[in-house]
Amino acid sequence: MNILELHDVSMVYGQVAALRNVSLTVSPGEWVAVMGASGSGKTTLMNIIGCMDRASHGVVILDGEKLSRMAARDLTAIRRDKIGLIFQQFHLVPYLTAVENIMIAQYYHSMADEKEALQALERVGLQHRARHLPRQLSGGEQQRLCIARALINCPKLVLADEPTGNLDEDNQNTVLDLFHRLHAEGSAIIMVTHAPDVAAHAQRVVHLEFGRIVNDAPRAPHGISSGEPDKCAVGNMAK
Amino acid sequence: MKNHNMFFRIVFCSLLRRRSRMLAALLAVALGGTVFLGMGAVYYDIPRQMGREFRSYGSNLIFVASGHALTLNLTQVEKAASLLPADKVIGLTPFRYETMYYTLRGVTVVGTDMASARKTSPYWRVQGRWPEKDAEILLGMDVAEQTQLYAGASLSLEVVPRTGEKFVKTLTVSGILRSGGAEDGFILMPLSGLEALMGEAGTASVVEASIAVPGEELAVLAESIRAGVPGIAPRLVKRIADSETTVLARLRALVYLVTAVVLFLTMICVGATMMTVVMERRREIGLKKAIGAENKHIAAEFLGEGVLLAGAGALLGMVSGWFFARIVSLSVFEREVSLPFFLVALTLLTSLLVTLLASFIPVLRAMDVDPAQTLRGE
Repeated sequence: MNILELHDVSMVYGQVAALRNVSLTVSPGEWVAVMGASGSGKTTLMNIIGCMDRASHGVVILDGEKLSRMAARDLTAIRRDKIGLIFQQFHLVPYLTAVENIMIAQYYHSMADEKEALQALERVGLQHRARHLPRQLSGGEQQRLCIARALINCPKLVLADEPTGNLDEDNQNTVLDLFHRLHAEGSAIIMVTHAPDVAAHAQRVVHLEFGRIVNDAPRAPHGISSGEPDKCAVGNMAK
Repeated sequence: MKNHNMFFRIVFCSLLRRRSRMLAALLAVALGGTVFLGMGAVYYDIPRQMGREFRSYGSNLIFVASGHALTLNLTQVEKAASLLPADKVIGLTPFRYETMYYTLRGVTVVGTDMASARKTSPYWRVQGRWPEKDAEILLGMDVAEQTQLYAGASLSLEVVPRTGEKFVKTLTVSGILRSGGAEDGFILMPLSGLEALMGEAGTASVVEASIAVPGEELAVLAESIRAGVPGIAPRLVKRIADSETTVLARLRALVYLVTAVVLFLTMICVGATMMTVVMERRREIGLKKAIGAENKHIAAEFLGEGVLLAGAGALLGMVSGWFFARIVSLSVFEREVSLPFFLVALTLLTSLLVTLLASFIPVLRAMDVDPAQTLRGE
């Protein structure tokens, strides 16, 4: 079963069509890069897949559940249980420490567990920064923290919107290494990026132009994937 | 970790690590608490404080004989007095009016309990001294002017006792009374002295009582005496009782008004601060929703912050309110103020209520935040 299926999905804002009849499938454990110029519909596509927006037309199926007619509350539950979000702007809760920023995702999901949150930080190399506030972390560290938070609840799908867009080359490589590890462990990843060298790390690159998919081509894999989701190495194992 | 622990951690961290922003709201709640507790304590004490003040204007309850009787039996008066709250009775003064003659002209001689009269009529002014013996009298101001007699002089009165022959009794003027009322036209002497002259004891024409209770309570007491003690008709001194009731009602209204205005302003200030906080934290709210927070989580966190804010503000307000009440009470009433426990609890509850009401609209706005819009910076 595919982790994600989009059938003829369109999104219209007033007179403007941000997406036009987009169809896309993503298999479990697959790493897909979405590329396109500004205004091509990348963010709209991510918002629909990430259950933060509902498509005007078409069918979206995530892990076997049809999202199109779901109420906002149900979409929140799907987002919480099945999706890990990583943002270009990091988006961390400014008054919570690194470990608390992970625990808050556990709290909304089921049960906060500090020990598990610390293990997640260790996995992204931030165990020594557990008690620091986001403003005390560098950009790369903040993005690694975002990744740890996105993975803490064992999502079926990781959505990353320009995850390296605000990072220098060293931090970009660190983050991409983490993505490779995630991919190797079997997480499905959809990553929006402008940068071809970043997209080159994915198994497959989808090009969007004016709201349409104009190219959907597999690339030579950089990492190794089992193709099936592995057990959750970071998140709440018991859940 | 228990989830409610995480909830408190989020709420505490939000307040403590962003305390500069919440300081304005905290001070507003503290100010509201100060005024509420301060005014509440004064309000609670006003009847007690003002009741004593009003007693300086004279008696507020009089006893007269009921039916066709002309005099009161003092034994019955004692029964009536036993129905009054002993700690509230300032004084209970009998007055017995008799007519005697001075140079063939009739004058009204009033027998009374001088010590008690000084309590029930504290506004009486005596030039000279108060009578200490049965044969000493006070001359009312008008009588003194007519007779041209002053303190230290002697006065001979022709007495017509209840039984037996009339006789002349010489009395000593110990002082001149200025009351500003009818007493200025009377001669006053100790009741025991008058009883001895008249050859009859144990009666009074009227008894004046000064009782430190509010008007409504006084009416209830009067009614209980009317029902419980035959031969006595208690009457409220409307002039005094009504003035007291009116002044207290106005003071209470003023306290209500000031408290309501301050609480309203507190609510506006807290509401405005909370609204600003929500607007500033739209991105954070959007993020929380994006990572799985439901509206109930968002509402609970903001209301939790509101409750903590109200609690801390109320504590501050209660401490400063207590000082405020003491200052007002000492400077205005020259008395210590008491602080009942229920007022402390009421201040805390009111602070909570005002803060939660003020947070209502900001919380609705927080729940309306669209994560997709806020996270892309719209």
